[in-house]
Amino acid sequence: MSIGLEHYLTVAAMLFVIGIFGIFLNRKNIIVILMSIELMLLAVNINMVAFSSYLGDLAGQIFTLFILTVAAAEAAIGLAILVVFYRNRGSIDVQDVNVMKG
Amino acid sequence: MPSIILFAPLIGALIAGFGWRIIGEKNAQYLTTGLLGLAALLSWVVFFKHYETAETFTIMRWVESGSLNVDWAIRMDRLTQIMLVVVTTVSSLVHVYSLGYMADDPQWKEGESYKPRFFAYLSFFTFAMLMLVTSDNLLQMFFGWEGVGVASYLLIGFYYKKPSANAAAIKAFVVNRVGDFGFALGIFFYMTDSISFAVIFEQGHHLAEVQMEFLGMEFVAVEIIAFLLFIGAMGKSAQLFLHTWLPDAMEGPTPVSALIHAATMVTAGVFLVARMSPIFEYAPGTLTFVTVIGASTAFVAATIGLVQNDIKRVIAYSTMSQLGYMFVAAGVGVYQVAMFHLFTHAFFKAMLFLGAGSVITAMHHEQDMRNYGALRKKIPYTFWAMMIGTLAITGVGIPLTFIGFAGFFSKDAIIESAFAAHSAAGEYAFWMLVVAAAMTAFYSWRLMFMTFYGPAKGDKHTHEHAHESPMVMLIPLGVLAIGAVFSGVLGYNYFFGEGVAEWFGEAVYTNHDTNHVLHDAHSVPTWVKLSPFVAMLGGSLTAWLFYVARPGIPEALAKSNHGLYQFLLNKWYFDEVYDFLFVKPAKKLGTFLWKKGDGTVIDGGLNGLAMGIIPWLTRLAGRWQSGYVFTYALAMILGVGALITWFMFTRGTM
Repeated sequence: MSIGLEHYLTVAAMLFVIGIFGIFLNRKNIIVILMSIELMLLAVNINMVAFSSYLGDLAGQIFTLFILTVAAAEAAIGLAILVVFYRNRGSIDVQDVNVMKG
Repeated sequence: MPSIILFAPLIGALIAGFGWRIIGEKNAQYLTTGLLGLAALLSWVVFFKHYETAETFTIMRWVESGSLNVDWAIRMDRLTQIMLVVVTTVSSLVHVYSLGYMADDPQWKEGESYKPRFFAYLSFFTFAMLMLVTSDNLLQMFFGWEGVGVASYLLIGFYYKKPSANAAAIKAFVVNRVGDFGFALGIFFYMTDSISFAVIFEQGHHLAEVQMEFLGMEFVAVEIIAFLLFIGAMGKSAQLFLHTWLPDAMEGPTPVSALIHAATMVTAGVFLVARMSPIFEYAPGTLTFVTVIGASTAFVAATIGLVQNDIKRVIAYSTMSQLGYMFVAAGVGVYQVAMFHLFTHAFFKAMLFLGAGSVITAMHHEQDMRNYGALRKKIPYTFWAMMIGTLAITGVGIPLTFIGFAGFFSKDAIIESAFAAHSAAGEYAFWMLVVAAAMTAFYSWRLMFMTFYGPAKGDKHTHEHAHESPMVMLIPLGVLAIGAVFSGVLGYNYFFGEGVAEWFGEAVYTNHDTNHVLHDAHSVPTWVKLSPFVAMLGGSLTAWLFYVARPGIPEALAKSNHGLYQFLLNKWYFDEVYDFLFVKPAKKLGTFLWKKGDGTVIDGGLNGLAMGIIPWLTRLAGRWQSGYVFTYALAMILGVGALITWFMFTRGTM
């Protein structure tokens, strides 16, 4: 059995759904949310690469590189915010992070 | 030339109304008066031209929609010529008169400007009236019809500081709306596929064969159309049941009463019937209705006129009564005679009103005749003018000859025509008109005697300061006096005598198969010819007896017939009945809609929405804003999911 497009897509979809559920089923740690976002981005990347190779179009793979770059920058900023947040509030539990409301 | 006649008043009105600050108050008055004088002069030039058939001067194309084509055009024939001289002559004289009458008015304080406004309204009215009488189709006529309505509204309410004047203006407008609705319906039925007179007039006999449905019943089309048009005429000409606005319209300045509510606008209804004679001739049912309404109006108005004490109201009821005469003439099919009375009536009634205005200024704006008396020596010119007017309206003349005042010829012609109609309605009209003629003589002489004879009554101080009016007010009276004396004898041949057919040409249509009234009216029995004279004599002598010889009689009579006296004094209780039937229910409905509809439903609904539902929704929405990131993420996911789903399902179809 050779590995075709659908296998890649299935894996990507599974990763994406795990990412989604990681975000809002998780009540413990905000780092987990960051990891979940990373997971979703990776799922998208896998989709990109899979389609790129399937359609023989390099644009998708180039795009993946860009997304990786952005993901790295985003992870760096997110962790930096997290560190500052911990210094200020003394906790990074999801339960305690509820200042985003009017 | 007709265009100059038509537009001179409009230009005057516009310049005086909007530009008086630039050209000055005095110049605005002189400008409007001068332009009206020009229009009057040209009208008389046009009057002596002879048009074999109607001539049309197109000014511009007005409406073009489907098969409906309406020109803005002047139709020039005998009817238009007559109305042109009546309207512009009386209007220009009233303009001149107003220069004196409106010179100082106690309604306005020092420095307040009202004169240019008054003259602009007068000129605007004249323009609208000319639009009406020169119209070439029903739509243009309707435009003029409504234009004079607006001008009448503005001028009745000219003293806008008086609440009663405002109320009278609104009443005039609203009552006229009832009539205008009928007129508009009459136009909209549009059975001939055109509203141009030239086309409609050809279709009279055709319409008489067509049935149409109205209010769920079948009627002959021409009857319905004629009837609806006459409803409009009833409103404008203050005929019975739609007349209540005319006496109240006396709240306006007196020159306005003379111009609008005596000589021109109120005769528009008569003009309409005469103009539409090719339609009315085929509608015998409607003509009977016209006759009955006209005769009843002449009678009822005359009875009310007997007991009124306000000098202007007496003349107002007299006007209403004379309009009834005109409609009788139109109703029995002698439209020429209706126009004859319209023509002579314009002179003497305008003169009576202007004379009354002169008396009112002399007496410092006192209008109650019970406070007059012995004014003959104090204001001799006004007295003689009023005397000529009274002689003319009562129809003084030597019967069976051609010597007499204007009213003698036209009124007798109507009464003879009514008799010559040889129909039940004609018979009814004949007797009503003879009785009304007696009452006309009575109330006209009563006015004269109460005003100019007997001892001076009322405020002594006012009587001492009574003074003759300035020349500018007396000259119009003199000019009108000439008309009141001679218009009858000069017009007799053309309106009623041998020259009718040639002079009117095709302007008035008479269906010679059925209508011989004009011919028969000359061969009525002698007692019929004498009857209006006898009635006039009886009325005059009674007035003399009541108010000069034995001044105690009227009071005793009023006491012994208290019920009848109150009935007449309160104008047959028309206002009270209308108040009960229409005004009160309308007010009740209005209050209901205001309190319940507006107050409870609309305001209550808005308040409920603003204070109940919206806060509830905000609380609900507020609960979603928890501050937790995962809540927002969930909302985002759900939203994106919904969008994608929607997109996937509709993509193929949209």
